[in-house]
Amino acid sequence: MSIAPSISERTQASEKDYLWTLNFGPQHPATHTTLRIVLKLDGERVVDAIPDIGYLHSGFEKIGEKLDYNQYVTVTDRMNYISPMANNVAWHHAVETLLGIELTPRCKYVRTIVAELARISDHLLCTGAMGLDTGAFTFFLYAFYQREVIYDIFEALCGARFTNSYTRVGGVMHDVTATTVEKIRRFVKTFPATLDDMERLLNRNRIFVDRTKDVGVLTKDDATNRSATGPIARASGVSRDLRKDEPYLAYADLDFQVCCATAGDCFARYYVRMAEMRESLRIVAQAVENIPAGPINVGVDERTTLPPKSQVYQTIEGTITHFELVMLNRGFTVPSEESYAAIEAPNGELGFYLVGDGSNIAYRARCRPPSFIHFALFPDLIRGHTLSDVVAVLGSLNIIAAELDR
Amino acid sequence: MPANSATLATLTARFGSLPTSEFRGQTRVVVARDQLLGVMRLLRDELRFDLLVDVTCVDYLTYRDAANRFGLAYLLASTDTNERLTIRVLLNEPNLTVPSMVGLWKGADWLEREVFDMFGIFFDGHPDLRRILMPEEFTAFPLRKDYPLQGRGERHNFPVLTRNEA
Repeated sequence: MSIAPSISERTQASEKDYLWTLNFGPQHPATHTTLRIVLKLDGERVVDAIPDIGYLHSGFEKIGEKLDYNQYVTVTDRMNYISPMANNVAWHHAVETLLGIELTPRCKYVRTIVAELARISDHLLCTGAMGLDTGAFTFFLYAFYQREVIYDIFEALCGARFTNSYTRVGGVMHDVTATTVEKIRRFVKTFPATLDDMERLLNRNRIFVDRTKDVGVLTKDDATNRSATGPIARASGVSRDLRKDEPYLAYADLDFQVCCATAGDCFARYYVRMAEMRESLRIVAQAVENIPAGPINVGVDERTTLPPKSQVYQTIEGTITHFELVMLNRGFTVPSEESYAAIEAPNGELGFYLVGDGSNIAYRARCRPPSFIHFALFPDLIRGHTLSDVVAVLGSLNIIAAELDR
Repeated sequence: MPANSATLATLTARFGSLPTSEFRGQTRVVVARDQLLGVMRLLRDELRFDLLVDVTCVDYLTYRDAANRFGLAYLLASTDTNERLTIRVLLNEPNLTVPSMVGLWKGADWLEREVFDMFGIFFDGHPDLRRILMPEEFTAFPLRKDYPLQGRGERHNFPVLTRNEA
């Protein structure tokens, strides 16, 4: 009686035995937020990864059917909370598309500036955290310091540092002041030096390059086929950028380039983000010097924007408009129609599919979350790489669980 | 960018006249369930709609003058021509099954799982149709209009674990 199992038996047995399962998350410092991945490992090699999401699901789309078009902006802050300004702009861009409101030129420029500042702060955190996960701690500190500067700008602009809720239907919460413009100018002047430092820290850093080059490669065809957008698709060679392809806000007037790479690996995604920050800065620099004069909000007479408080308290038109807009049975004139509008958010195409039913609450407020779609790529990107690459791939995809689960 | 007329003409030539509407420069085409796969294949292979932007659903239960219960929306875009097109499929209970698009766009995988999770629409041919955001034991479909926004929640459906048992 033989003791050793036959070869076929052995392979069968080993298939069950030698793979072991590692539970990554839901609370893990490198996931940054609450997401869970079940990894099947062969030694250190990842054979399979099964994402398990929903830990942070808070029913944002259901809440969108209960809050009016101005109130819901506070919820969008909490979606991709590392660039809330971009979400605000995306939400009200979609609402204004549904309502058919044309913004004032000044508002378009201001929104462009805040959206680009949000892109810079998002990319700073994404690349910073990716550096942190792959062992480059200093890089993260450089990135986070500049995020503080952007927080200061937002604080001067609207009073809130983190959850801005800056936009309103047909306008914004506060007009830009000279102080804000001065702060933005200073940022435009000082930021390139930090960006140079950051690039010098990582671009040719051997440890970082070894850990990110050829890791998690996404091909161009796969990127489109799997609905990837934004820097992740552009790092694979897809040149799609809504700012160029479907110019919204003031992008048509401004000079900037779309940053692409062809490698599609983690390093390319990092590199595209770094390059995009420079382009964003160019956009901010041009826009801040060319903010058109004139009103920032669509006129009070048109009954689409909440009037400024001074007008509410001191003029009868302001009072009436304010009441008309906040009362549930009056409010905006909304068509019983459906529309989709998207912006190029830092992470990719962030769009809202809105269904209006005549009332000033959306009948359905579907968010197209880039993080959700990009996280679906993860199992394919990590298969065959080592356990330590998990954090590099995760960092380069910039998964924000609050947006992933909504 | 709205869909150009050549795209719509090709669709009409192949599938007969389809109800088409336009709003704010966005073209929507309503397709019958059994034509869906054919239409999508034509759009992807011949009309170069290579990007499936989103798959979503609307529950028209309390919508004024709505004739159908559910409306699926497939938002398509082309990375070549920047055209966009929305394909709608209208569904009624009890038959809530549509063919899955995973064979055409792999990106449909999670998007369809989310629609299944939230609305209970079944995607025929989907490789892994499980709940994605809600827990597996969950019984209801939360984004349907007959699911309340407020209430005691679903905690009675889940066992109570004490510290010793956990």
